[in-house]
Amino acid sequence: MNWLEPFQFEFFRNGTLVAVLVGGMCGLIGVYIVLRGMSYIGHGLSHAIFGGAVVSFVMQWNFYLGAGIWGFIAALLINQTVRRTKINADAAIGVITTASFAVGVALISRYRRFTRSFDAALFGNILGVTAQDVAVVAIVAMVVTIFIFFMYKQLLFTTFDAEVARVYGVRTEWIDTLFALVLAAALIASMQILGVTLIAAALVIPAITARLLTDSFNRMILLSVGLGMVSGFLGMVISYYIDVASGATIVMLQAALFGLVLAITSIQKQAERRLIHTHV
Amino acid sequence: MQPLIELKNIAFGYGKTPVVKDIDLHIHPGQFAALVGPSGAGKTSLLKLILGTLQPTHGQITMNGVSLQGRNKPRVGYVPQLETVDWNFPVTVGQAVLMGRIRNATLWPWPSRAERQLVAEMLDRLDLGGLINRHIRDLSGGQQQRVFLARALIAEPDILVLDEPTSGVDMRTAENVLHLLADLNQQGMTILITTHDLNAAAAHLPWVICLNRTIIAQGPPEVVFTEAILNETYQGDMLVLRHEQMIFVHQRPHGHTYHDILPNPVLGHALANATTLDSVENGTMMAEIDAMLQEQDTENQEGQNELVRTLPV
Repeated sequence: MNWLEPFQFEFFRNGTLVAVLVGGMCGLIGVYIVLRGMSYIGHGLSHAIFGGAVVSFVMQWNFYLGAGIWGFIAALLINQTVRRTKINADAAIGVITTASFAVGVALISRYRRFTRSFDAALFGNILGVTAQDVAVVAIVAMVVTIFIFFMYKQLLFTTFDAEVARVYGVRTEWIDTLFALVLAAALIASMQILGVTLIAAALVIPAITARLLTDSFNRMILLSVGLGMVSGFLGMVISYYIDVASGATIVMLQAALFGLVLAITSIQKQAERRLIHTHV
Repeated sequence: MQPLIELKNIAFGYGKTPVVKDIDLHIHPGQFAALVGPSGAGKTSLLKLILGTLQPTHGQITMNGVSLQGRNKPRVGYVPQLETVDWNFPVTVGQAVLMGRIRNATLWPWPSRAERQLVAEMLDRLDLGGLINRHIRDLSGGQQQRVFLARALIAEPDILVLDEPTSGVDMRTAENVLHLLADLNQQGMTILITTHDLNAAAAHLPWVICLNRTIIAQGPPEVVFTEAILNETYQGDMLVLRHEQMIFVHQRPHGHTYHDILPNPVLGHALANATTLDSVENGTMMAEIDAMLQEQDTENQEGQNELVRTLPV
């Protein structure tokens, strides 16, 4: 079997490039999402953005602009609801994002004539990425990386303990707002590739797999990004040969890696416990 | 002398319910003080007002004469309650301590050589040398408390604020933490803590502030820890025992005597006759009593006497 065979096709090269970029970007942001205990936000926000995408189509706005503003507002609303009320993050995400998704579904049922396929937004279309999609993903991935690089210390402190970070002079409201903006941008860029239904997995799985492997924040970031990129690349190649949807293959590969790491670390812990017990 | 922190007629509440009111308080440079009061008395809210994370609904807070309202944040080294820390967060001792330098941080994500040296020196100063790469969960309670104290100190604060530094750790660790704070205070650091441990406050702190929504009294423990003041603060029936330089505070049980409710009669006997005990030292009464009990138990096991759980007086 010639492993390079699929790379002779341009659509596959584009798809693989985007899968690697999206995998790495989601892996990077996912670390902060997981450590903030907001794993559900990727799932919810992508649904909210779907509503924004439909609205932007109906209003004839630019997709990225309309969906971007919609997603950013949804992320801010979630942050503010959690900050200013007694409602927990999971409930706020559930209410705001589902309502937003409902707007999209309602509009689809009202205006049945769509020229753009919303199947791609829901389930992803990694092999149908255009040159414009590649450029958008590359730019967003760069912006996300630059933001996290330069805000690294503030983000770390805010993620660890936002209230104490505020005491030490970190402007956590600004950090949260910028993070919401960056998250919304990353989700919009990834939505056409992985689809609303698979983004959450790409955000969460590499990060929790990395968490199982290390107790160091820096290493967790590197591992999560690495796992996201590798699974994006391998998932694409595997999907070509087993003839299964690429987005689904990437997520299944990530889930398999997580299962493997979970099994290995559990066995290691049991062995350590047994060793301690023997010595005692 | 100008106070370091001054609270003038401060009130704070959620909606119409006041959490604290009519608070006038001065914290002077070099002071070592404890806020004491029952749960719900407003200790944490008052602490957050001083930290600048809550804004008063009335009154003014100044630090070195400058109002803390708006964006002005005091330069505080804050040590939160250990119970509030996420111990599963993937952060090492060095990374946790380095967070204290956030005000001076550059945009570069890696610490500078000077910052790394500062962290190493601070860890050495607090007997944490060699633990820089350890995960914060893999430390003892005392070490964990000192890690967050190191983070507070490395910020070069004007004042150290600690929320319940003696809770969540064993008695010996609590003693060590208070000794360490006393040492830091001797070196000139202004320190404000909250605590539920009145006996530790009496033994270690030169100044206590009794709070129950408003300040009931403040001053040295030997002056403030009277039954009248503590009854008003805790809205209960408090017992204050004094022996030489030691003060022992306990809440009287309702409708019972100590002999009825305490785990063994000897402790009740000891409390009732505390003024006749001359072997106990500050904060060690319980340990002394335990030792005596153990001794008597041992004697009983040796068949010398039938166990009579009374304390020699």
